[in-house]
Amino acid sequence: MPFFVWAQFVTSFLLLLAFPPLEAAGVLQLMDKLAGTSFFLPSGLVVSGQQLAVAGGGSPLLWQHLFWFLAHPEVYVLILPAFGIVAEVIANNTRKPLWGYRLMVYAVTFLGFMSFIVWAHHMFMTGMGTVMSTFFQTTTMIISIPSVVILTALVISLWGASIRFTVPMLFALAFLPMFAIGGLTGLPLGLAPADIHLHDTLYVIGHFHYVVAPGTIFAMFAGIYYWFPKITGRKMSSLLGHIHFWPSFLFINGIFFPMLIQGMAGVQRRLYDGGASYSHAQGVLHWNVFMSISAWLLGLSQIAFIINLFWSIWKGKKVDSNPWGATTLEWAAAPSPPVAHGNFVEVPTVVRGPYDYSLPGAAQDFTPQHQEA
Amino acid sequence: MDIPYTVEARPDTGVFNAKLGVWLFLASEVMLFGALFSSYVLLRTGAAPGTWHHGREFLSVPLATLNTLILIASSVTMVMSWASLKLNNFKQYRVYMGLTILAGLGFMVVKAFEYGHKFEIGLFPKSNTFLAIYFTLTGLHGLHVLGGMIVNGYFWGPGAKLWRTQPERFTNRIEVAGLYWHFVDLVWIFLFPTLYLL
Repeated sequence: MPFFVWAQFVTSFLLLLAFPPLEAAGVLQLMDKLAGTSFFLPSGLVVSGQQLAVAGGGSPLLWQHLFWFLAHPEVYVLILPAFGIVAEVIANNTRKPLWGYRLMVYAVTFLGFMSFIVWAHHMFMTGMGTVMSTFFQTTTMIISIPSVVILTALVISLWGASIRFTVPMLFALAFLPMFAIGGLTGLPLGLAPADIHLHDTLYVIGHFHYVVAPGTIFAMFAGIYYWFPKITGRKMSSLLGHIHFWPSFLFINGIFFPMLIQGMAGVQRRLYDGGASYSHAQGVLHWNVFMSISAWLLGLSQIAFIINLFWSIWKGKKVDSNPWGATTLEWAAAPSPPVAHGNFVEVPTVVRGPYDYSLPGAAQDFTPQHQEA
Repeated sequence: MDIPYTVEARPDTGVFNAKLGVWLFLASEVMLFGALFSSYVLLRTGAAPGTWHHGREFLSVPLATLNTLILIASSVTMVMSWASLKLNNFKQYRVYMGLTILAGLGFMVVKAFEYGHKFEIGLFPKSNTFLAIYFTLTGLHGLHVLGGMIVNGYFWGPGAKLWRTQPERFTNRIEVAGLYWHFVDLVWIFLFPTLYLL
């Protein structure tokens, strides 16, 4: 199976098993609102100088536990498909098999499993206790290993390849260092002592956005540029793609990197005046201007993408069914755009793995999955 | 177009598709009830010493025991209804399925008496945290019983038409409906000791 399919497979399990606890939290919340219970309100809670008239005995921490039990696997729901897209694009544009495919599949499965036992690393500062913190910081350090395995395998896949710098490949290549920054900035947050300093600062915002903006969103762009010919039978403009990619790559760093600096200086994310009256923020607040300009320019550079997307739907260059010379079934065994109903004209039989690129002795540099030697 | 693997097992999963689907659904249900049971544990262990109310202060163990027996019996009749179809005995299926639905109804009636009595003496979900979690868990479980009764009712009545055209497929439907019913039964087996006895 292509790595993308594995990633989606694990993602579906995360969705299936992580959402019901949020549903449970919703049921409890509904009872709080309708039946007057107080699952999340402790006894003797004082609001605006008045003691709340509730039954009490509840626990606000319970809400956090239920919420993060969903929300931690949920971030892997965001990133695993991105891994999958990037893996497909890299294999296709390096014209060689993914390095360590089997290892990557094991890693993504392990990642999915581990994502269920790291949730309370979002809660180091809630007073849940040091034993809990120790457990969750340990599991958090463990879960970083499979992510690094996948990323390393993707980097090694580039080794010795004659890389085609197509637009999807540019986004996929940008994903690697950007996600690496996102991942590595997460390690200090996963360690309870370092988190005491960094918790709730802009550093967290910077970290999270490095994971999902140049991470997930770049992977999505890579996926859109890569599979666009599959959907429409036309290619997106390469020129507009470059006009989209380079500024995006530049300005997205312009927004989120200064956040790491501000956060390390201790600037919280929810200061009511944005930090103007806090002395510890004075040295780094001037970055706000830089970040705002970057944000506007990043927004502007998306115009190229929007124009490209709509223009290419009707006016893009027509291409044949397999313009990237891909091995996987959706390209090799089906027409682009797809026929009206059903995926394949003729159901193919898979006879080989998904990444048979540049086989020695083969007629072309890719051998489709359903093609006998 | 024929949908494949509705009757015979898929070679890679080893089960027919509907069965796989129900197992996945039940996995998510396990997570739902698991989260609520965990909440119960967390609230109870986190309560200030001496403030937690226990189920035996309010709840009727004899009625719950009766309900436990009713549900276990309904699981047996559910299996019998499926077995009857396997033995090609549709009349017997109708009897056993009818008994299953009646047992579900019996369970709900007993539960209604329990709830009614609580409300009568002024015990509501907001009275204390134990009653809050008690009403939430048993209420959600009751909704699941109701859902199961609706599905079983459909297969007893209008849904049974499928038996004449595709008997194997109908038998499989009863099997997966049964899986759900056993799950609902199992949840009660956990609810009974944790709420009424401990």
